[in-house]
Amino acid sequence: MTNPKTLYEKLWESHIVAESDDAPSILYIDLHLVHEVTSPQAFSGLREKGLKVRCPERTIATMDHSTPTISLSLDSADDMAIAQLEQITKNCADFGITLYDAESDGRGIVHVIGPEQGFTQPGKTIVCGDSHTSTHGAFGALAFGIGTSEVEHVLASQSLLQTKSKTYEVKFEGELPFGVTAKDMILALIAKIGIGGGTGHVFEFTGDAIKALDMDGRMTVCNMAIEAGARAGMIAPDETTFAYLKGRPHAPKGDAWDAAVANWRQLPSDEGAVYDKSVTIDVSALTPMVTYGTNPEMGIPINERIPSLNTGDAAEQSALSKALKYMDLSADEPLKGHPVDVVFIGSCTNSRMSDLRAAASILKGRKVADGMRLLVVPGSETIRHQAEAEGIDKIVRDAGGEWRFAGCSMCLAMNGDELEPGQYAVSTSNRNFEGRQGKGGRTILASPLTAAASAITGKVTDPRELM
Amino acid sequence: MKSFTKITSKIIPLPHIDVDTDQIIPARYLKVINKDGLAEGLFDSWRRLPDGSPNPDFPLNQDEYQGAQILLAGDNFGCGSSREHAPWALTGWGIRAIISTSFADIFRNNALKNGLLPIVVSESTQTSLFDLTEESPSATTDIDLASQTLSLPDGSSVSFEIDSFSKTCLLEGIDQLGYLLKHDEQIAAFEESRLKV
Ligand code: SF4
Repeated sequence: MTNPKTLYEKLWESHIVAESDDAPSILYIDLHLVHEVTSPQAFSGLREKGLKVRCPERTIATMDHSTPTISLSLDSADDMAIAQLEQITKNCADFGITLYDAESDGRGIVHVIGPEQGFTQPGKTIVCGDSHTSTHGAFGALAFGIGTSEVEHVLASQSLLQTKSKTYEVKFEGELPFGVTAKDMILALIAKIGIGGGTGHVFEFTGDAIKALDMDGRMTVCNMAIEAGARAGMIAPDETTFAYLKGRPHAPKGDAWDAAVANWRQLPSDEGAVYDKSVTIDVSALTPMVTYGTNPEMGIPINERIPSLNTGDAAEQSALSKALKYMDLSADEPLKGHPVDVVFIGSCTNSRMSDLRAAASILKGRKVADGMRLLVVPGSETIRHQAEAEGIDKIVRDAGGEWRFAGCSMCLAMNGDELEPGQYAVSTSNRNFEGRQGKGGRTILASPLTAAASAITGKVTDPRELM
Repeated sequence: MKSFTKITSKIIPLPHIDVDTDQIIPARYLKVINKDGLAEGLFDSWRRLPDGSPNPDFPLNQDEYQGAQILLAGDNFGCGSSREHAPWALTGWGIRAIISTSFADIFRNNALKNGLLPIVVSESTQTSLFDLTEESPSATTDIDLASQTLSLPDGSSVSFEIDSFSKTCLLEGIDQLGYLLKHDEQIAAFEESRLKV
């Protein structure tokens, strides 16, 4: 019998174009997703060198980062954003690439629309000039973020120079307790292994608790693999994956569907496959998680206190005191009950239907706290329409929140949706770095349930108290 | 790409771990459609006080470090966003090499494509370098890529690792895309073979 292989090894081996002793391997890329912020310089590079896009049919573009979310028109965007959006429109037209532009129904955050349209499929290699490309690994794809030089490489050659990563099994065992979600699972992992814990590795998320998640939850988990430094995060495809994909606009149809599913069934890691590293987390012991600091590893269970200043080695202690100074929070104090100014529900981590439904379940029939600004931003226009059909927009508005058009919005605050200096936000996004949601803004990462509960009370709140 | 052979420079200390690319260059600077002017946004929030004036405590604002090319940082430098604007901003300011105990994967890849050398050293070397920058900020260090050595002002030297492909590309200033395009036939053959399955 041949050596048992992991999911990652199977994808790696089946995409090698060439190998050499004195250069990295050449890896073939099945799907290249493009957005307006990290692509203009790559297209300029092609023009300077007189190159074409090798496979326009394997390239899909959208506008998400710098687009306004208060209207579908670009009128409210600033001049630089408009120039960037015009540039991607021209680049896609010149090079024959499909663009989900401002008026398109399918437009949305790049990592939301890839799966939603059925472009993201098991067994594919997927890249994008965006670190959260790891999201697509939820389908058993090998998906990772690249820089703009590499965007140019893939546009020109449909391949990339890559060295093989190590493998890391992250096993989530047990059953998720009431009020605890996929977001809490991944925040708990990052708090445990640290933001550099996965560097050089590709995660494979396994275990009963992963199998029990729907695709939205699996995407939330894989989305934040990069926040632990991993090159990618992957989950073996199964019936849940196939049921999600079946009938999507760009998923295979008819006989091709049956053939594809038969292939996809071969992808899961073989019995006895060996990983370079592994960790196990018992999810039945988890509670909702919140972050208190300025990177995603600075997270605690909502009912625990912020760590003491003497936690960890000298470098960690200095990072903790720097973070707490920025956040204007105190060591050894609880975070629960701390006043909150803004709640942001959105981003490629948590802007899908199940996230919006979870938030709506708490907001329904309630009002946000006085002075609270609640922003709910669906991940795609398709999701917005579906949520509106279910009345979620009305629930948000009746609660006193703002219901927006799709986009990245306050996740990275490039489009005018931003925190004011000193404000505290409970956010369902993925990064609490200094200034990420606006210069001087302070981010507390949490699940949609925790975010919605905090919007109602105006304080960091355990959602189970409102459920 | 600008080639990298040897540099001699003072070392700018940035004694923080987990410096993320949002700190290196915040998103508000990412609306450009070229690579110009990004140095302006380098470490924006640390370099400027809330009123926009230069923060005198931040090393990039100090006379001592004007023209310096080497940055010394804490562990896990460049984590977070994949924005290549980070190495563009660093090289735009004049940084050619960064020394740390580890780098985030995507940042490392991006740096190497822009003539910016990420050098991984042991914790003890990192500590002695931080001590050195405190004791004699104007002392200079040599980096020689061909021999993969750092020569410290006290006369000692430390060797560092780099894969041979990245090294050749840096030494000769080669754009890696050329290498990929030379494999056009193999890429076509790969595409053919998959159609048959
Ligand atoms: S939602 Fe946030 S993390 Fe996701 S692609 Fe947009 S900016 Fe990046």
